[in-house]
Amino acid sequence: MNLQQIIEQLDLTVLTEPRDFVSIQPIGGYSSDLLSCVMAGAKGNYIWVTLQSHLNIVAVAGLLEVAAVVVTENAQPDAATIAKANEQGVTLLSTPKSTYEINGRLWELGVRLPA
Amino acid sequence: MASPRPLSEQEIHGRRGRPITDRDATDISRVEELSYELKVQEVMTADVRVASPDMPVSEVLEILRTNRISGVPVLENEQLQGVISIEDVVRAMRDGELSAPVSEYMTRKLVTVLNYDPIVKALQAFTESRLGRLVVVDENGRLAGMITKGDITRGVLLALQRDYKEEELRRYRASHLFEDIVSDRTTLVLRYNIKAQDFIRGGYASSHIKRALLRLGADPQIARRCGIAVYEAEMNLIIHTNHGGVLKTEVEPHRITMSTVDDGPGIPNIEQVLQAGYSTASEQVREMGFGAGMGLVNIKRCVDKMEIESAVGKGTRLTMRIHIPSQNSSAQKD
Repeated sequence: MNLQQIIEQLDLTVLTEPRDFVSIQPIGGYSSDLLSCVMAGAKGNYIWVTLQSHLNIVAVAGLLEVAAVVVTENAQPDAATIAKANEQGVTLLSTPKSTYEINGRLWELGVRLPA
Repeated sequence: MASPRPLSEQEIHGRRGRPITDRDATDISRVEELSYELKVQEVMTADVRVASPDMPVSEVLEILRTNRISGVPVLENEQLQGVISIEDVVRAMRDGELSAPVSEYMTRKLVTVLNYDPIVKALQAFTESRLGRLVVVDENGRLAGMITKGDITRGVLLALQRDYKEEELRRYRASHLFEDIVSDRTTLVLRYNIKAQDFIRGGYASSHIKRALLRLGADPQIARRCGIAVYEAEMNLIIHTNHGGVLKTEVEPHRITMSTVDDGPGIPNIEQVLQAGYSTASEQVREMGFGAGMGLVNIKRCVDKMEIESAVGKGTRLTMRIHIPSQNSSAQKD
């Protein structure tokens, strides 16, 4: 399951500039709104699902090199956050759905955890 | 997904078939950056053929054919009057009016860009006007050149190539730093002044340190561990200190030492702050997702050695160290 398919299947809105999503293959996922927990739990190429939408998610996502950040419940990152994400090559996606639902759908799509 | 999917960007452009790395991400956003940095005059064609209003259309056809171009600006007494393009010439041919003057068939509605505009302006104008070529004028409205989408592509590719060579050179130089400079003890020190409550710049130092380490040729896993540890330390200065502090990273061939020093408030009970989940962060800061009480726990997990010294009312010093295994050993933590 590549990121392009995930974006289509979950009807996610791409907030940052488009990239070659087909070539990005997330290997797992992590959800938390606590940044230090994300630092500890998320790994490179994971999808990070969160309700947080402020600037600091970009630094965390960038350092971890996550595949994408899914911002749930229509929380809206501001222009500075999106600009920063573009600068750092971080993909921000948005959805009106809740974190719980997105996690469930991702699991169903086969985005689970690496063995 | 049984139906054939369209070719990906990667397949078309032959990007290396592997997940996009930090480095690639820089290259991608670099194109965006370049569209703001590069000026129209750096990529446009300055030496342009022109037509005059009273010239017959047939003469324009000849200019277009011999120069293999698709349109020319129309000038009278050095003043721009319009543009005549291959489409206009085709209209004249259809009417059997190739001997008619240019003024009858040219397009008077001019879409222009300024020579010192960034090329992103030209890209917007191309999208809005659906034109294939734009007239470039100087600040006095005089013809300065013509620009096509092809000019922009070529300009960006040349700039990227230039950038790529520079980055390769930088990496090469940086990665040989420790071999080229001989001393009894060579260290490279990076210092960052971190301001208290400056959440906007949160992660600035850590992402730059991580990049610097990668340039120096550090193992990506080590660069990542340093990045995470330094991020937590950086955020601690932002969240908890009175006046911010100094974050220092000292790189040596065999180890990386990172430290933060601040002048207060100091930690009353160090054992307590080392417990997972313990946090003194304010409600406001917690709302932003900080204050999980995991900062120091994360640091400890990422580094080989961590030390905290603190005095209430005086300040705190946090020292973190990561050992770099020698080339022939592949031992890795995490």
